[in-house]
Amino acid sequence: MKKLINKPEDVVREELEGMALAHPDLIRVHFDPNYVVRVDAPVKGKVGVLSGGGSGHEPMHGGLVGIGMLDAACPGAVFTSPTPDQMLEATKAINGGAGVLHIVKNYTGDIMNFEMAADLARAEGIEVESVIIDDDVAVQDSLYTAGRRGVGSTVLAEKLCGAAAEQGRSLKEVADVCRKVKDWGRSMGMALTSCTVPHVGRPTFDLPEDEMEIGIGIHGEPGRTRMKLKPADEIVEMLMEPIIKDIPYKPGDEVLLFVNGMGGTPLIELYIVYRKAHQIATQHGLKVVRNLIGSYITSLEMAGTSITLLKMDEDMIKLWDAPVKTPGLRWGM
Amino acid sequence: MVITRDKVLEWIKRYADLLAENRDYLTQLDAAIGDADHGANMDRGFKAVLSKMPEIADKDIGTILKTVGMTLLATVGGAGGPLYGTLFLQAGMKTTGKMELTLEDWINALEAGITGVKNRGKAELGDKTMIDALVPAWNALKQAAENGSNLGEALDRCARAAEEGMKATIPLVARKGRASYLGERSAGHQDPGATSSYLMLRAAAEVWRDA
Repeated sequence: MKKLINKPEDVVREELEGMALAHPDLIRVHFDPNYVVRVDAPVKGKVGVLSGGGSGHEPMHGGLVGIGMLDAACPGAVFTSPTPDQMLEATKAINGGAGVLHIVKNYTGDIMNFEMAADLARAEGIEVESVIIDDDVAVQDSLYTAGRRGVGSTVLAEKLCGAAAEQGRSLKEVADVCRKVKDWGRSMGMALTSCTVPHVGRPTFDLPEDEMEIGIGIHGEPGRTRMKLKPADEIVEMLMEPIIKDIPYKPGDEVLLFVNGMGGTPLIELYIVYRKAHQIATQHGLKVVRNLIGSYITSLEMAGTSITLLKMDEDMIKLWDAPVKTPGLRWGM
Repeated sequence: MVITRDKVLEWIKRYADLLAENRDYLTQLDAAIGDADHGANMDRGFKAVLSKMPEIADKDIGTILKTVGMTLLATVGGAGGPLYGTLFLQAGMKTTGKMELTLEDWINALEAGITGVKNRGKAELGDKTMIDALVPAWNALKQAAENGSNLGEALDRCARAAEEGMKATIPLVARKGRASYLGERSAGHQDPGATSSYLMLRAAAEVWRDA
């Protein structure tokens, strides 16, 4: 294992210490239990927006805390859901009296820990709504699986809900924005390489030099099919077709196109992916009205990409354009 | 023959040791079909439990088990935290105030724990989860007690049934948890959660056999 770390067991703590030193104007970091919170939290009368998950996906979630996005994020160990005590303390820290929205990615551990945290918070008199993001079309949604994974749409949900909360909308209204993202967003990803969890020390799966894995998640978990490497345009077709088929987009629909890097893929390649994805969307009559290109929901040093399409309406476009100031995403201020 | 409080503490210690020894093995099993964290998570959780042991060593068995549950909940994370946390919490509620356990008490405590795991994780037998080790193990324990087996024999049968249940997860296609994302590709691998559950019951058989 070749990594820029000190000791595997100190990775998350030292990363958080670095973030605290780097961004004292935007965030505060609380240790034991660990959570990142917006510097001026709780904002009186504003709905709090909380997310969390395993570490290793940076900048999501801790790097997306700040004005116009998340009020707090709970980082777990690498690729491991955080625990209910973290979530409870973070929920209390951002409750400005208007309730707290939990944005949860659909993984068994995240669901169970967030359920317990929401129960505990309600027992303390805090109004909590939870919305589960499950946008990965690579996973068959059936009674016989844990359901689709939550991937790229989560970043978009955090931006839109953060903006809605900043405008002073009610908990139900902010949760409605999140439910719209859940319903209208779809994603699919692929990997060129595996990744190495620091405390494991070797790659999570073996992927030969000339092969790729289609339909991967964000935890180095293997995908559904493995095949010989193909040119970028063909790979993008393999990702875009299932996404477009999954939601009955109509010609003329406006969409946000999000091309995400998995951590080890340079921007030069992401733009090649974006070029083809934009062409395919346009061929289907979709109007790409907004985009996001970069590594926002990553899987450590994995090379690869995921594509997310989110159908947009007028309100969502306004929320997307609203000012945001976080370590990982900022515009308009 | 009864299981004393000290034997309960010894069991927790033995389980923690087994998890430490099998940390890499559990993580490897998880890497094949999950996210490569089960061994590290369980080991971290039980190391935290061990550090709490001195404070709870003079308490009743219910308090000890509940403390184990709360500690796991706060330190394990993933799915293992809520599931094992719930198992120990529920078993602890069934044993409140007790300073020793009969075979009957243990059967009831384990049943409460397993019911808690089922409610929290919503898995059924055959979904390729810890339930596949726990349920056959509990059935074997109950059966042995009804047949008049002594404590040691009953615990041995329980651990053996857990081991068989664990091995029987190999051909199964996962229907719960992160392994379910793999569909058919999850077949051919032993479930890490069933494995850590087997270790828990093996530790009980080893430590309580001669109670």
